[in-house]
Amino acid sequence: MSRISQCFENLKADGQTALIPYVTAGDPEPWVTVPVMHALVEAGADILELGIPFSDPMSDGPVIQKACERALKYEVSLIHVFDMVKKFREKDTDTPVVLMGYANPIEAMGYKMFAQLAQQAGVDGVLTVDLPPEESDEFLSLMDEHGIDTIFLVAPTTSKERMAKIAQYAKGFIYYISIKGVTGSAALDVSSVEAKLADLRSCTDLPVGVGFGIRDGQSAAAVANVADAVVVGSTLVRCIEEHADRPEELPAAVAGLLAEMRHAINARDMAK
Amino acid sequence: MAKQVGNEYYESYPNEEGHFGPYGGRFVGETLMEAIYALETAYNRYKNDADFQAEMDKDLADFVGRPSPLYLAENWTQKMGGAQIYLKREDLNHTGAHKVNNTIGQALLAKRMGKTRIIAETGAGQHGVATATVAARLGMECVVYMGAADVKRQAQNVYRMKLLGAEVIPVESGSRTLKDALNEALRDWVTNVDDTFYIIGTVAGPHPYPAMVRDFQTIIGREARSQILQATGKLPDALVACIGGGSNAIGLFHPFIADESVDMYGVEGAGHGIETGQHSAPLCAGAPGVLHGNRTYLMQDENGQIIETHSISAGLDYPGVGPEHAWLKDIGRAKYVAVTDDEALQAFHDLTRMEGIIPALESSHALAYASKLAPTMSSDQILLVNLSGRGDKDMHTVAALAGLNFEE
Ligand SMILES: Cc1ncc(COP(=O)(O)O)c(C=O)c1O
Repeated sequence: MSRISQCFENLKADGQTALIPYVTAGDPEPWVTVPVMHALVEAGADILELGIPFSDPMSDGPVIQKACERALKYEVSLIHVFDMVKKFREKDTDTPVVLMGYANPIEAMGYKMFAQLAQQAGVDGVLTVDLPPEESDEFLSLMDEHGIDTIFLVAPTTSKERMAKIAQYAKGFIYYISIKGVTGSAALDVSSVEAKLADLRSCTDLPVGVGFGIRDGQSAAAVANVADAVVVGSTLVRCIEEHADRPEELPAAVAGLLAEMRHAINARDMAK
Repeated sequence: MAKQVGNEYYESYPNEEGHFGPYGGRFVGETLMEAIYALETAYNRYKNDADFQAEMDKDLADFVGRPSPLYLAENWTQKMGGAQIYLKREDLNHTGAHKVNNTIGQALLAKRMGKTRIIAETGAGQHGVATATVAARLGMECVVYMGAADVKRQAQNVYRMKLLGAEVIPVESGSRTLKDALNEALRDWVTNVDDTFYIIGTVAGPHPYPAMVRDFQTIIGREARSQILQATGKLPDALVACIGGGSNAIGLFHPFIADESVDMYGVEGAGHGIETGQHSAPLCAGAPGVLHGNRTYLMQDENGQIIETHSISAGLDYPGVGPEHAWLKDIGRAKYVAVTDDEALQAFHDLTRMEGIIPALESSHALAYASKLAPTMSSDQILLVNLSGRGDKDMHTVAALAGLNFEE
């Protein structure tokens, strides 16, 4: 069983909802990322999502665009991202790490090399925003060979037929995007998410994570009511932006933010 | 001698997945997937629909002014001392470039799909103007994204779009040129996908855009083919067109692909020179990758980051190229070359003085390559150049190079 599936099994046994923070690798400076990852785990993260910086992040709003720009100032490449995961694994062999990014840096490296290096570094899953199932055949089989879960997105615009198709390709968990829009754009509406998730769950037994628009403990707890995992991105990246000139304070700052969400989710889980 | 490609090309590319060999495809975020399938369904339904075609033909004739003439540039031909040079006069279209052929088609499709809001990206502003024009006529809301650097160098077109009622949003991210405008338009589309139709201005983007935009632009090649046959009784020996995303070029090339005697040259922007790295020539100096919904040749670094492009001409300043050109390059059916800013500028002045036609800086790249090719050909051979647009929009740029500034 993959580290991601194991993680969800354990949480399920305890009646807990997973918390998945996203940060862009190398933002605002490369050295901070590994300490930030450890701090997030300490603050209650169950799985870490690490963004691969890209020059043209078309599905992201200004907050994550700027994060990519800050990281790219240091020319943070996939090789550096793998190094960060390797370093993280020196102290943490339990927490699953998912890489999230766009197709082109992976294409430039070559799928096979990517799969090999990701496995060696201790990466557990990969989510490629602009690589839909339609274009994924070769990618999927290589990831599978190297034991890396391929995580796919489902959107408010996704039809039920398409959900069923995506479910055939997905591994680890499915990531439901709560709003039509780019990352960091609007607050989510839990009732519309709930209706879509019912459709999705009829197509798959995989755990479902929900992201986009989760800003604080309250929205995190609301999502925890309907999802197996809560994904938080732009809120943390905004905090990183605010501390860009004081990176040494960052691990504590993002941990503080995440801890608030962890508490809210735990309170909700206990009540259930 | 160009590689032979038979009529089966037309049925084979793109295939059902929108692929031209390894290129093209549907590389977009999940939120847009249903939207691009819906567009494909609508396009497939209307492309053979008699009413749709009749409405488009009428607009192309009465609103755009088609057919555009095919003009024998006698003075220029004489000066070059080689092939007879014919110019396909897309510069005479309403709004001043070939771009309107495509916006007419997509806007009529948008109307039939019940969309009320139109968005577009633009580089030189020609596609933005052509989009704002059709939106004004159909009474649709129109938002145009334009790189902040281009807003500056194409100020006149920005004002034209505003007069036409469009909202022009300067894009400050990245290199502040065409690729960033495309990113921003895609972000808008993801956010407003229910009521919004995205009119892409070139043969890029996810399937079905490269095929659909090509089909709307092949009016150029279909007209040119019958015009040259009528004028000379034979097919041209070579075609030349500039390549930004590649829409005017594919529009000219496509109807000639199975004519094995016709050579094809796509001309990219070599900027300050390919060797300086400051250019916009992905087919000549790039590598395959994935950007803006398709797989194609891109200007990128070894880590897969898209690198900044440079061209004197805003409409060529793009790091990618339509996937069908990538395929035509790989199979050897078309040749891709590049000319520098200086060479294009020289051709701009030459055509203006010799023929009394002021070409767009984009089209001047095609003219510059034609001026290299023509002298190597004999006087009974025919060179057909796509004059994709007129140069009115470039007065600022050219005047500034001559040390003039209209604002002072
Ligand atoms: C006059 C003219 N020609 C050519 C182009 C390049 O586009 P494409 O390669 O799609 O024809 C532009 C783009 O703005 C243009 O305005």
